[in-house]
Amino acid sequence: MRHFTRLLLGVAAGTLMAGAASAADLTVGFSQIGSESGWRAAETSVTKQEAEKRKVDLKFADAQQKQENQIKALRGFIAQGVDAIFIAPVVETGWDTVLQEAKDAEIPVILLDRGVKASPDLYMTVVASDQVHEGKVAGDWLVKDVGDKTCNVVELQGTTGSSPAINRKKGFEDAIASHANIKITRSQTGDFTRAKGKEVMEGFLKAENGGKNICALYAHNDDMAVGAIQAIKEAGLKPGTDIKVVSIDAVPDIFQAMAAGEANATVELTPNMAGPAFDALEKFKADGTLPPKQIITESKLYTQADDPMKVYEEKKGLGY
Amino acid sequence: MISLRRAAPQLIALAVILFLNWLAFPGFFNIRIQDGRLFGSVVDVFNRGAPVMILAIGMTMVIASRGVDLSVGAVMAMAGATAATMTVAGYPLVAVLAAALVVGLLCGLLNGILVAFLDLQPIVATLILMVAGRGIAQLVTEGFIVTFNEPGLIFFGTGSFLGIPMPVVIAAVLGVLAILLVRRTALGLLIEAVGVNRSASTYAGLNSRVLLLFVYTFSGFCAALAGIIATADIRGADANNAGLWLELDAILAVVIGGTSLLGGRFSILMSMLGAIIIQAMNTGILLSGFPPEYNLIVKAAVIIMILLAQSLSLAGAGAFFRPGAKAKPQEPLRSSDPSANKAQNPA
Repeated sequence: MRHFTRLLLGVAAGTLMAGAASAADLTVGFSQIGSESGWRAAETSVTKQEAEKRKVDLKFADAQQKQENQIKALRGFIAQGVDAIFIAPVVETGWDTVLQEAKDAEIPVILLDRGVKASPDLYMTVVASDQVHEGKVAGDWLVKDVGDKTCNVVELQGTTGSSPAINRKKGFEDAIASHANIKITRSQTGDFTRAKGKEVMEGFLKAENGGKNICALYAHNDDMAVGAIQAIKEAGLKPGTDIKVVSIDAVPDIFQAMAAGEANATVELTPNMAGPAFDALEKFKADGTLPPKQIITESKLYTQADDPMKVYEEKKGLGY
Repeated sequence: MISLRRAAPQLIALAVILFLNWLAFPGFFNIRIQDGRLFGSVVDVFNRGAPVMILAIGMTMVIASRGVDLSVGAVMAMAGATAATMTVAGYPLVAVLAAALVVGLLCGLLNGILVAFLDLQPIVATLILMVAGRGIAQLVTEGFIVTFNEPGLIFFGTGSFLGIPMPVVIAAVLGVLAILLVRRTALGLLIEAVGVNRSASTYAGLNSRVLLLFVYTFSGFCAALAGIIATADIRGADANNAGLWLELDAILAVVIGGTSLLGGRFSILMSMLGAIIIQAMNTGILLSGFPPEYNLIVKAAVIIMILLAQSLSLAGAGAFFRPGAKAKPQEPLRSSDPSANKAQNPA
């Protein structure tokens, strides 16, 4: 009996929520992985902002890093009859059944930030960044900045074997491949963290004649660069001048470093995956145009010339 | 205290690792003064090894009591998060440090109560805080990396005293105090007694519960201290990554130092030496220029060798490999106990 009451209450609450939703033009369910990193938190807040801007009723579900929670959330969205589902999948496999259920209910699914291993006709599109391209943008900046001068680069890799580490390394190497004056002389993993970035950079500085043989640092994310900048300072060198610093992600703290002249450039991994997804969805709802199977977000380059303090202020409130 | 003979495998291992580091990077032993502090790879070994040394001091006592403290990494994150958040909120340095250390003491006390009074197995009891603690730290920082620029707090991570980096000074002072505490009083002996046989110790009149409470609380204190250093070092509290997996490094340091996981005889100094060995290896890998894919393999290989050298101390190994030993199968078995072996084979 108690269960029945609870069920009734649940149905009542569901009906109420559906009632509130009808005021908006579109109802979209968003299943987020969790909030394991600052970037993820920023993605969540930007998605909510984008939804508000477009008067979309966003139903948000935090999966706390568990696929079963995401599958439950998706089934919940299907039962509520949302107009579309956004999902940032926590793993690549195991989605076929639930995606088929969404397809049967004629609810389009858009994947954010990561892809899945499932038949492409089970989802509408993937909105993601091109990690190889991010590395290439960073490399291109360095190529342009050093010109014909010889430049020995040290590299702080992400977690060994992770896809951003592999792809960002490859992109950077592609960019400098045709420039014999730029060489990667040392490359180690800093596990994407500040502490390891600092420790590994300390090692690099000692191994390269107190840092005198290092012309530039390329870090696979900003956090490692921030740690490395401290190590460079403690070695008595000027980061940004004696050793150029280029990294990827564009988190707020790197803009503070850029404003202080201690970092040179960063490539943005935009937290706005939802914007292009909403665009594609609105177009589809308006005239049935299907978007391409993969939408690549822009990898924007920021340098010291881009008023870093202003960008810092903009990004500070996003939850990074 | 510790005979040189007992410390031989560890000292040899450290010497070999330092020698290999020197081969890979001839400037390894170069030291110069930079901005009023010592600067060089050897200094890095001690400086980077300091947090694990501090954890190992507390961990040694816990392991000697036949326990283990898996929560130290999470306690580091919690103490760091507390220190950073309070600094940003504008509290004075003394209050920040006190609060962070109290967090560590309370965490340790909780572990101690679970083990001593509720009789939970240490691995389970401390696993609770290992998992929950990081979550609490994330709640405190609200998922951000909380950064600060307070020179007083930063001093504990990157400052120096007479040219020696602060983390090393703190680890050394704490180590000396802890060794004096356990060896100049009966405390060390009592902890060993509880570790060897808790019920026998209780029947003999020892207050085992209070002793257990003490070792876990002390371990929490050490973890909080390490957490303050780690946070001050990067000028920010990274709740996701601060102290991540360091509990395993601390346990490894204790094991390399020769303290048995089954409790009993322990040596704080040897555990600190174990921490130095681990860090000398890490620094060496960074200097060697190996691709990062090899880091863990190299580390594992070295550790296996150290532990093997330790368990079949030289005399024992002699017996193990002696021709004819295979004919008598009981011989290698006995050789696993070095002290018994020494008596039989004075080689």
